[in-house]
Amino acid sequence: MTAATVSFCLIMVFGLLGLIMFEGLGHFWPKNSVMLEIKSANSEARYELGEVVDRETVPAEQVRALGIFVPEGQAAVDRILLKTGNRDVVGFDFHWYATTQFTSLEYPLAAFTAEREEWGNFYGFAKGLEQEGKKLNLGDQLWPEIELRLDRKNELKDRINHLQKKEMGKVNHNIERLRLRSKKLDLAQAALNDSRYSEIAQERLTWDKRYQVLSLELAKLYSEMSRDALVVSTASGQTLKLPFSTLINVFQPNRMSVLDKLGHYFMKVGEFVFDDPREANTEGGVFPAIFGTVMMVMLMSVIVTPFGVIAAIYLHEYAHQGRWTQIIRIAVNNLAGVPSIVYGVFGLGFFVYIVGGSIDKLMFPALLPAPTFGTPGLLWSSLTLALLTVPVVIVATEEGLSRIPRNIREGSLALGATKAETLWRTVLPMATPAMITGLILAVARAAGEVAPLMMVGVVKMAPALPLDTNFPYLHLDQKFMHLGFHIYDVGFQSPNVEAARPLVYATSLLLVVIIIALNLTAIIVRNRLREKYDSAES
Amino acid sequence: MATNNQAKPTSALDSIKIDIDGASPTSRPQTCLHVDGLDLFYGDSQALNNIKMSIAEKKVTAFIGPSGCGKSTLLRCFNRMNDLISSVRITGKVHLKEQDIYAKDINVALLRQRVGMVFQKPNPFPKSIYDNVAYGLRIQGIKGRKILDEAVERALRSAALWEEVKDRLTESALGLSGGQQQRLVIARAIAIEPEVLLLDEPASALDPISTLKIEELIYELKNDYTIVIVTHNMQQAARVSDYTAFMYLGDLVEFGDTTTIFTRPAEKKTEDYITGRYG
Repeated sequence: MTAATVSFCLIMVFGLLGLIMFEGLGHFWPKNSVMLEIKSANSEARYELGEVVDRETVPAEQVRALGIFVPEGQAAVDRILLKTGNRDVVGFDFHWYATTQFTSLEYPLAAFTAEREEWGNFYGFAKGLEQEGKKLNLGDQLWPEIELRLDRKNELKDRINHLQKKEMGKVNHNIERLRLRSKKLDLAQAALNDSRYSEIAQERLTWDKRYQVLSLELAKLYSEMSRDALVVSTASGQTLKLPFSTLINVFQPNRMSVLDKLGHYFMKVGEFVFDDPREANTEGGVFPAIFGTVMMVMLMSVIVTPFGVIAAIYLHEYAHQGRWTQIIRIAVNNLAGVPSIVYGVFGLGFFVYIVGGSIDKLMFPALLPAPTFGTPGLLWSSLTLALLTVPVVIVATEEGLSRIPRNIREGSLALGATKAETLWRTVLPMATPAMITGLILAVARAAGEVAPLMMVGVVKMAPALPLDTNFPYLHLDQKFMHLGFHIYDVGFQSPNVEAARPLVYATSLLLVVIIIALNLTAIIVRNRLREKYDSAES
Repeated sequence: MATNNQAKPTSALDSIKIDIDGASPTSRPQTCLHVDGLDLFYGDSQALNNIKMSIAEKKVTAFIGPSGCGKSTLLRCFNRMNDLISSVRITGKVHLKEQDIYAKDINVALLRQRVGMVFQKPNPFPKSIYDNVAYGLRIQGIKGRKILDEAVERALRSAALWEEVKDRLTESALGLSGGQQQRLVIARAIAIEPEVLLLDEPASALDPISTLKIEELIYELKNDYTIVIVTHNMQQAARVSDYTAFMYLGDLVEFGDTTTIFTRPAEKKTEDYITGRYG
């Protein structure tokens, strides 16, 4: 009976993981382009190019109800979901086609797929290249030339990114710093002819100049980037131009060998893990979300461990073991059962508005009314989750403390150690495996928590990571992205559900992998420590 | 501090020389621990009744008696280990030399540095052999590597363990055998040079060979320390001790020379216990 239940649970868990892995990892494999010839009533054939993303069998009735012809006597119809892309041309990029609707299905070798900065994928045929509006005559050198120019564009793009994020970011940071300094002077009611004003103005002038130089450079890079354009035609024969500045990657899936596809696959996986999201999170990577999740969990661990351990030590070693301590202990245990959204509300009310608001008034008056800490952010999220997970750490640590044999404590006391010395030198080191067990449970719970974070710091899109090269490097007041929230956002708040669906699976997989990785690290550390201390306990 | 061993009264030194021959002491040795009218209660039940005794300096005193007679409890009164049990209440006086150890202003940690203790089950800390022995010294704030090295070697030599562990001082103490662990714990206790060493059935968890080693060690150590040993094993008491106290149900029934107790006990209960009528 128990064996059956356990195996049922295992099957469920592995089935779930398998589904997520299959759907999530399969998304990055480059699919062949298919071209469908669609029959229509007025005998003019229409062509559609795209990739097959789903297949299903539906009752004929349902298809007929959509006005599609199905022969009499046929009970069920197969249909395929074609991702046709070209959202800028046709307005939608997914379409169901019943097998009765098209006469032929082929894989044209010349078909190509372009991944773009916006409007999603483009499917079509490459016709030629234009440089500064002039057509280039290339013949069969077209594809090598496209790839060359794409590399050039990517190089320019990298330079633009560097210019914008690093150099201009630094200038902006400094200008903002100067603005604050002058605002502080205003608040201190300094005289207008104060020499500090002119100093600030002086410094500001140099930064302004630097900014102008940089923005000129930026404009130049942008115009460089839009030099080339790709002339393409859609499956239905419409010709249009795709500027290279909008292209990310161009490839001909039907010409790729398995090895090429494998390379492409890993490139896409790498892009998913290490790049920023694009197009309302439905394309590109999730790196800021990974970073935010890990950062938040680590900060939470740093906060929750000392608090939990100190509370447990007090409860177990110092508090008088009476009714009052018992009540506190029950309260701590119950705290673990409070719905997490309640913690979110508490975090928003207490941490963000009360604590954060007070910090702003005391330390950042120059920035008001724009809040610094009086708004949801990384610090408040970590604190809220630390509060949520502190009972777990307390319970686990107390458990560990009570497992330390009495004769070890007595041995230390008999050598003239005080209670505090005994705790610090002998009991606590021996209880570390238990503390880390608590931390593992806390991390497992915190990394998967989304609801409270939505109130205290997580956002759909955070343009900058909370860690950068500007002082104080770690920006605890910044909002951040989180994988759990990212899944919710992409899956349910996305304007393009079909395009986002595979990303939901991929992101879920990533979240699971990260939680497993965080846990494994802690488990390895704990087992090392256990080996060291365990034989003393037995 | 634990350095007051250095000032040794000459009369005590003299009496040791006599003891080594195994003869009963002729001159009266100095008193180290003096117990007067000690009552101990666990909650409402009384565990020790009006104990009065003087324990001689640099001698081995053995406490014998059946299980539950209070001998360990009495031993733990000497370094105030019973303080750890919240229900324990103690009346009466215990003096270490001239100091009342139950006085209000006494620093218990300092007292325990003067009165070391070894427990029934070896309880080395899960640290290296070196760190175990240096533990008490580090507690006292001694950090100098050289001082620690010397003290660790001296303690391990005194505990007859040096030769066995000198090449693996940095290894975990938990890898030692039971007998080695017990000698390590003794080394740990004598590293801080206490005046009194309390041994609570130190050999009861060990095999005969390890037991023999511990007994030899006790014989060596009594040159420098006042030793109080609790034991179940009457042969052991007869072998290692100069004085023996027989306890029964919280009473100190008889206390005197070991030879006297084992050959001509004054009390019927003592004789019955020694001859194995009960226990």
